[in-house]
Amino acid sequence: MSLSNHLPALQVVIPLVSAPIALLIRQRHLAWALMMVVSWLSLAISVLLWLQVSDGSVISYAIGAWPPPWGIEYRVDSLNAFILVLISGTAALVVPFSLHSIEHDMHQQQHYLFHTMFALCLAGLLGITITGDAFNVFVFLEISSLSTYVLIALSRRRQALVASFQYLMMGTIGATLIVVGIGLLYLLTGSLNIADMGTRLSTLPPSRAVYTALAFLSIGLSLKLALFPLHQWLPNAYADAPSAVSAFLAATATKVAIYVLLRFYFDVFGLPRLNEAGILPLLMALAIAAMFVASAIAIAQSDLKGLFAFSSVAQVGYIMLGVGISNDTGLTAALLHIFNHGITKGATFLLLGIVMYAIGSTDLSRLRGIGRLMPLTSAGLLLCGLSLIGIPGTSGFISKWYLVLAALEAGHGWLAFVIVVSSMLAVAYVWKFVEVAYLQEPDAGAHLQRKPVLTMALPTTVLCAATLYFGLDTRFSLGAASAAAKVLLSGVGGVTP
Amino acid sequence: MSTDILLVLCLIIPSLAVAGIVLADKTPNLREAIGLIAALLLVVCVGFLTHAFVNGHATTLVIGEIMPGLAIVFTPEPMGILFALIASVLWVVAIIYSVGYLRSNDEQHQTRFFACFALSIASTMGIALAGNFFTLFLFYELLTLATWPLVTHHGDEAARRAGRIYLGTLMGTSICLLLPAMIAIWFVTGSTDFIAGGLLVDKASPLLTLGLLALCMLGVGKAALMPVHRWLPNAMVAPTPVSALLHAVAVVKAGVFTIVKLIVYVFGTQHLQQCGVTDWLTLLAAFTIVASSVVALNADNLKRRLAYSTISQLSYVTLSVSLLGPLSVMAAVLHIAAHAVGKITLFFAAGAIYTTAHKTLVSELRGMGRRMPWTMTAFAVAALSMIGLPPTVGFVSKWFMLSGAMSAESTFGSTVAVIAIIISTLLNAAYFLPIVYHVFFSGVSVESDQAQSHEAAHGDAPLSMRIALVFTAGLTLLLFFLADALLSLASGLN
Repeated sequence: MSLSNHLPALQVVIPLVSAPIALLIRQRHLAWALMMVVSWLSLAISVLLWLQVSDGSVISYAIGAWPPPWGIEYRVDSLNAFILVLISGTAALVVPFSLHSIEHDMHQQQHYLFHTMFALCLAGLLGITITGDAFNVFVFLEISSLSTYVLIALSRRRQALVASFQYLMMGTIGATLIVVGIGLLYLLTGSLNIADMGTRLSTLPPSRAVYTALAFLSIGLSLKLALFPLHQWLPNAYADAPSAVSAFLAATATKVAIYVLLRFYFDVFGLPRLNEAGILPLLMALAIAAMFVASAIAIAQSDLKGLFAFSSVAQVGYIMLGVGISNDTGLTAALLHIFNHGITKGATFLLLGIVMYAIGSTDLSRLRGIGRLMPLTSAGLLLCGLSLIGIPGTSGFISKWYLVLAALEAGHGWLAFVIVVSSMLAVAYVWKFVEVAYLQEPDAGAHLQRKPVLTMALPTTVLCAATLYFGLDTRFSLGAASAAAKVLLSGVGGVTP
Repeated sequence: MSTDILLVLCLIIPSLAVAGIVLADKTPNLREAIGLIAALLLVVCVGFLTHAFVNGHATTLVIGEIMPGLAIVFTPEPMGILFALIASVLWVVAIIYSVGYLRSNDEQHQTRFFACFALSIASTMGIALAGNFFTLFLFYELLTLATWPLVTHHGDEAARRAGRIYLGTLMGTSICLLLPAMIAIWFVTGSTDFIAGGLLVDKASPLLTLGLLALCMLGVGKAALMPVHRWLPNAMVAPTPVSALLHAVAVVKAGVFTIVKLIVYVFGTQHLQQCGVTDWLTLLAAFTIVASSVVALNADNLKRRLAYSTISQLSYVTLSVSLLGPLSVMAAVLHIAAHAVGKITLFFAAGAIYTTAHKTLVSELRGMGRRMPWTMTAFAVAALSMIGLPPTVGFVSKWFMLSGAMSAESTFGSTVAVIAIIISTLLNAAYFLPIVYHVFFSGVSVESDQAQSHEAAHGDAPLSMRIALVFTAGLTLLLFFLADALLSLASGLN
């Protein structure tokens, strides 16, 4: 067997093994160099996997050569290959950014811990995405969550401890609900393999146990993906974490939870059963509430990190709205927005990291006239803001277009208006920054504490360019998203080879 | 030179000018030279493009497909070429004027000003030459963003407030109304192309057509149809060259241009006539014309009066095109040109008065004709054009507008339009002629004379400003005699 056959395992094993190595190295620069290699290797593997499944095929990899459904199966199709690329791509850009960014965010003797935890977190997120085993999902979910709590708490800011603890509480409750849900499904079907579970479940008559499992999984995952009103942990976690961590979380953490939700909803329960349970209208209602309430709260924020964190809650609402509409276009819109919002928010938080590094704060009152002091960074933030609003030419426009289209296709004309009206709230919070940055004079004697360095500027530029690029050329993003949507709609058991 | 290359140049030149202006930040003379050369080059390119087009070298330029069936496309057609011509010629004049205005008034952030100015023109070219609704929308939004820094140029609280209203109204209407309409059109037809005769023909029921029409007409906030007109008077806090080129020419004309373009190439005049769904639009436009004229009549601030006059003149275009007849559509296109040259002159004059005499109120202008003969003569010529009197181009467009209104198919529309045009012409005369009369024939008022004695007596405006306003006033007269050329271009429609 050649090495390329083992790519699915390597995808998870490489970052997982690098974590203890980084811990043993203890030398911060060496640990960082290791992480550079690991993250770029992961990206290469993800891209290779994506290329292998882009023709619609499915890779099934049996861990320890135990065939599924008995052994643990890693299973790559067009849906999770797309998410894998997003996760490892973000990691490959955040690691170089972290080199200088963490110097002022945390104590130097803790830097190797950051790299260790980052490797664990990466392994966890990739593992959740690639595995085809329900219990394995839970295991990797815990790995990524625990490492995330540490990553947030590593920050020098004292509030980070509170934020981390808050996230720990909410995350643990979420994980508990999820494991109960998975347990119920195991009781019902006698299998832990997701595809097998789906096939077996579809032969069972509807019962209260099925709906109970659905309810446990829905609430648990809603906590992890920060669906309004279960989003309380997110704003503080994003705002108080070290900048590099905020960027990585903003681009990936909630997105992976949404992926798990999609997997369970469409591959285990199946669309007919979801409709019987009547859960999709509820999702849509919460999604709309998120779009409006979280955006309104974002307008009231005085710190940019908080502002964009609440904006993330609102944007999760757009994604979940697409899931709730649940037709082909709706799921395409949701998956497109997972990707487009991932890169936009990743870019936003990297830019905020640069602002933090250069000015020492992201509070709006300290950013007066920043358009003059940091013209490129401000222009980048403006670009990301325009993408959040959904101005044509940015990636945000593409996902919004598909979302409106999905609403029209489903015959919900009013929903199209709800979507566009809510983007006006985004105009309001983005312009809060624009007015401060461009219309106010810098304070007399205002200067940059530190000059942004190349290792920070380069990854940020790449993500900003991606935000623009995927608004003008959608062959990759749209192609991947619609292929992934087809996988979801192929129905229960549709993914069994 | 091939037509394709000309088309690309028309779009690229103003964008390159933006870069050049930003790079020449430290040397104002070089910066202005770059702007001026770019503007002149643009006029030449648009001129060649017009020439090529008139000789039958039509072309379509596809830049790239964003989604299946949704590409960035540029296609010159008569209306777009005319709009591009007006905007590019007036850009040259406006640069000459702005240099004088900004330096005399010692304005801050001049580089930002000229860069955003060039970016606005780039967006306007994109709008004028757009080959489908999506491309038009893209540049329509870009124009809003590019002009926002110009509206808020002074950066004080009043400017910021005006900026919020500006952005909120223009972006609110385009995102909340125009965007869903565009997506719905794509959903129904699978395309957003501008097609001669109309994209929606045979594809939309009368009810759907009515809904889409309402969304589009109110969604184009830049056309300032009531009730989405409030941004325009608010935008007058901007420096006067901005009001002149953007809020009398580029931005507002982009609005009515979009309206005409949508009605002709997306909805289709025939299709709308069969559905019979435009009477409300005629009525709303007529109401806007009369109501804003009444407001203008009572406005003492000169720029405010001009702003409301603009709102009413824009609705002439909407009114005309809502009547759907070939003559009316032609009149609408003609009026876009006629109003542009006239209104820019009026704003230039207002700015010249502010710069030289520091006066902003109509009531302070008594006897100004003797101090500023060039400025006030240009003002008078442009005012005649606004009223629609010969020998100005305003007469030509109003003539066609009236004949179009009288020959319109819908009796209701025809009656409303004729009455509105007559009433508003009287109102136009009532708010412009007294200014002209007092400026030339009244003595200087006592208070202002006392105020004058404290300042140094002033003469006419700085040379660069005088050149600009005499040029545009001359154009107002010239186009009256060259109306044939305009007509032959505009009649290429339908």
